[in-house]
Amino acid sequence: MSRALLKVENLSVDFGPVSNPIRVLNDVSFSVGRGQAVGLVGESGSGKSITSLSILRLVPEPPGHIAAGRVEFDGCDLLKLPRNKMPEIRGRDIAMIFQEPMSSLNPVMAIGDQIGEAIKLHRALDSSRRRERVIELLKLVGMPDPVSRLGSYPHQFSGGMRQRVMIAMALACDPKLLIADEPTTALDVTIQAQVLELMKKIRSEVNSSILLISHDLGVIADICDRVVVMYAGRVVEDGDVKSIFRTPKHPYTQGLLQAVPRLADDRERLYQIAGSVPAAGSIKQGCPFFARCSLRQNRCQEQMPPMFQFGSEHSAACWVTAEEEVS
Amino acid sequence: MNDVLVKAEGVTKFFGGEGRLFSKEKTPQVRAVDGVSFEMFAGETLAVVGESGCGKSTLGRLLLRLLEPTGGRIEIDGTDLTQISKEALRNSRRKMQMVFQDPYGSLSPRRTIAEIIAEPLEVFEPSMSSRARRERVADLLEQVGLSPDIMDRRPRQFSGGQRQRIGIARAIALNPALIVADEPVSALDVSVQAQIVNLLQDLQQDKGFSYFFVAHDLAVVRHIADRVMVMYLGRVVEIGPKSKIYAAPQHPYTQALLSAAPEPDPEGNTKRIILQGDVPSPTKVPSGCSFRTRCPLAQPICSSERPELRQVAEGQLAACHFAETNPIRQ
Ligand SMILES: Nc1ncnc2c1ncn2[C@@H]1O[C@H](COP(=O)(O)OP(=O)(O)OP(=O)(O)O)[C@@H](O)[C@H]1O
Ligand SMILES: Nc1ncnc2c1ncn2[C@@H]1O[C@H](COP(=O)(O)OP(=O)(O)OP(=O)(O)O)[C@@H](O)[C@H]1O
Ligand SMILES: [Mg+2]
Ligand SMILES: [Mg+2]
Repeated sequence: MSRALLKVENLSVDFGPVSNPIRVLNDVSFSVGRGQAVGLVGESGSGKSITSLSILRLVPEPPGHIAAGRVEFDGCDLLKLPRNKMPEIRGRDIAMIFQEPMSSLNPVMAIGDQIGEAIKLHRALDSSRRRERVIELLKLVGMPDPVSRLGSYPHQFSGGMRQRVMIAMALACDPKLLIADEPTTALDVTIQAQVLELMKKIRSEVNSSILLISHDLGVIADICDRVVVMYAGRVVEDGDVKSIFRTPKHPYTQGLLQAVPRLADDRERLYQIAGSVPAAGSIKQGCPFFARCSLRQNRCQEQMPPMFQFGSEHSAACWVTAEEEVS
Repeated sequence: MNDVLVKAEGVTKFFGGEGRLFSKEKTPQVRAVDGVSFEMFAGETLAVVGESGCGKSTLGRLLLRLLEPTGGRIEIDGTDLTQISKEALRNSRRKMQMVFQDPYGSLSPRRTIAEIIAEPLEVFEPSMSSRARRERVADLLEQVGLSPDIMDRRPRQFSGGQRQRIGIARAIALNPALIVADEPVSALDVSVQAQIVNLLQDLQQDKGFSYFFVAHDLAVVRHIADRVMVMYLGRVVEIGPKSKIYAAPQHPYTQALLSAAPEPDPEGNTKRIILQGDVPSPTKVPSGCSFRTRCPLAQPICSSERPELRQVAEGQLAACHFAETNPIRQ
C-alpha cells in the first residue's frame, strides 16, 4: 500500500467551556489506506461519531473545540484548510452517511432532486440521464418502487428507507473516502447484505476507501481490512481484521468479542463485561478501562499505557498483555 | 409448558384505504398483518423476525390490544380479547405488558423513575399505599439490577442500557403472564445488549414470563428463543422450534435471512445468499406468494397460487410450494 489517504494524528476534542472543558477525544491516531476499509468500533459514547465529524470539520463549535491534532487527507491537513473550502471536499472527495438520516436530508426537497444534486456535483449528465442514474441508485439500495418515489419527501419514508436515500446520495459521487456512521443499523439483514455488497462493489470498482462505524461486529468483520477499537475517547487497539478477531490484545476488545451472540453458539448465558462505561472526561489518569478490567494491576491506574506493537499490523494499549507477550 | 397462553386465528390489520377529504382517491391500503395464526405456550419465548415493515410491531400491539384488529380472533388465557367488554379488557391488560425498542423515547422525561415504574401499580392496584408502592419499586429496581437509590431521579440521567432496565422494571411490576418485547436490545451496543438479554432470561426463569420477542438480530434470537416465527409482508412464512429453524430452515426467505446475518468472523461470511429482484411495496403485495419477486426458486405456480402454511417437519410449518424439494441451505 502506498501513502495513506487519510491520516488522523493525535486528535483531541473538547466539549464545554474553555475554562473547564471535557475531553471527549484524547490523542486519537489512525490511518486509512487507499482502497482500504477501516472499521471503527467501541461502546456508545466512546467518540466514534465525534471522530468522523472532526474529519469533516462538522463538530459543532461551540460547544465543541478541536484542541489538538492533524487530519491529513490526500496530503493536505483538513484542519488548516479555510472553512469555505470544506463543502467542496465534502461533496466531492469525502461522502458521509450519518447516524441520523433525518438531520442530514433536506426536508423540503424531493428525494429525487436531492440525489440529483449530489450527482451534479460530480458528473455532467443531462437531466434524463441523471434521472436514470437516480433511479439506478435507489434500486441499488433496495428502495421499493423507486420511480414512484422520486417526488416523495423525507418525512414520507420510514427510518430504514431514509437511510437508503442517504446511502444512495453518498454513493452518487464515487467518493475517494466514504465515511459511514452506523449505515445499516436501521435496515434488516437481507437489505443490509445488499448494502454491504454495494459498499464492497464501489470499493473494488472506484477504489474508494471506507471508514465504517458500527457496533455490529458482524458487519465490521464482513467488509473491513482493519479495525480501530475506541474506549472512552481513546484508541485502545488497532490492527488488521484477522488479528483483531482472532487474537485481540486489549481486554476491552476481548470482552466485546465474547459478548457477541453468534449464530452457531449454544452458550446458556452471554458473557457480559462487568460495570459500565465511565462518563466522558471523568478519567484523568491511567487506563480508562481500569475499573472494569479483569487483568488490571496497580500501575494501570496510575499510568495510561502507550500503544504496544503486537506484530507489524497490530497494536494495543495494555500494560498487562504487552508484558505477557514479552515473556 | 404446554398450556396455550396466546391463540391467534386469522388476525388481520389493514391501515389506510379510507377516502381522503376533498379527494376521490383513497389512501393506499397497507395490509400490515394479513391473516396470521399461531399459538404461544405459557413460559415460552416466541421470537418474531422478518424485514422492516413486515408487521412485527403491529402484531405485537394487536396482541396487547393496543390496536383494534381488522379481523380475526386473539385469545389470551382462554379469553377472546376481540369479544370482551371494556371492563374485562382492562382486567386482561394487567396480564400483558410491553417493553419498547427505544430506551430514549419510551420513558416520559418529566416523571421520576419511581413514578414511571409505579404507573401500572397505580392503575391496577389503586388501594396500595404510597409507602408500599415505593417499597415495591425498590424491589423491582433490584430485580433488574439497579440501585433503589435512583428512584427519585429522571430518565435523562441514565444510559440506554439503564433506561431499558427501567422499562423492564415497569413491565414486570404486575407480574404479567405475557410480555411483548419489541426489539428491546436493538438500540443497545454489544456489551449492554448482553446484559439485557441475560436479565430477560433470568427473569423468565424466576417468574415464568412468556416473551413475544420481536428482533432483527438472528444471533440474539437464537440465544433467547424457544420457537421462531418468520414474517414477510404481513404473513407468517415459517414457524417452528428454534433448533429446526436454524438447522433446517425450509422457506427460502428464512434461508436468505439466516445466510445474510453477518457473522463476527472475518472468514465466516462466504456463503451468503444475496436476494435479487425488487422489494415489493406493502401497498402492492404481489399475487400468490408475496416473496416470489425476490425468490431464487420462484416458478409460475408461485404467482398464481398462494402457498398455505403447512407442516414440513414436526412442529415446523412453512408456506412454500417447494419446501420439501428445496435443498437446505443456511
Ligand atoms: N454536543 C455535545 N455536547 C457535549 N458532549 C457531547 C456532544 N456531542 C457528543 N458529546 C460527548 O462526546 C462523547 C462521544 O460521543 P460520540 O457521539 O462520538 O459517541 P459514539 O461513539 O458515536 O457513540 P454511539 O455509539 O452512541 O453513537 C460522548 O460522551 C458524548 O456525550
Ligand atoms: N399507524 C399506521 N398507519 C399506517 N400504516 C402503518 C401504521 N403503522 C404501521 N403501518 C404500516 O404497516 C406496516 C407494518 O408496520 P410495522 O411497524 O408493524 O412493521 P415492523 O415489522 O415492526 O417493522 P420494523 O422492523 O421496521 O419495526 C408497514 O408498512 C407500516 O408502514
Ligand atoms: Mg455515534
Ligand atoms: Mg417494529
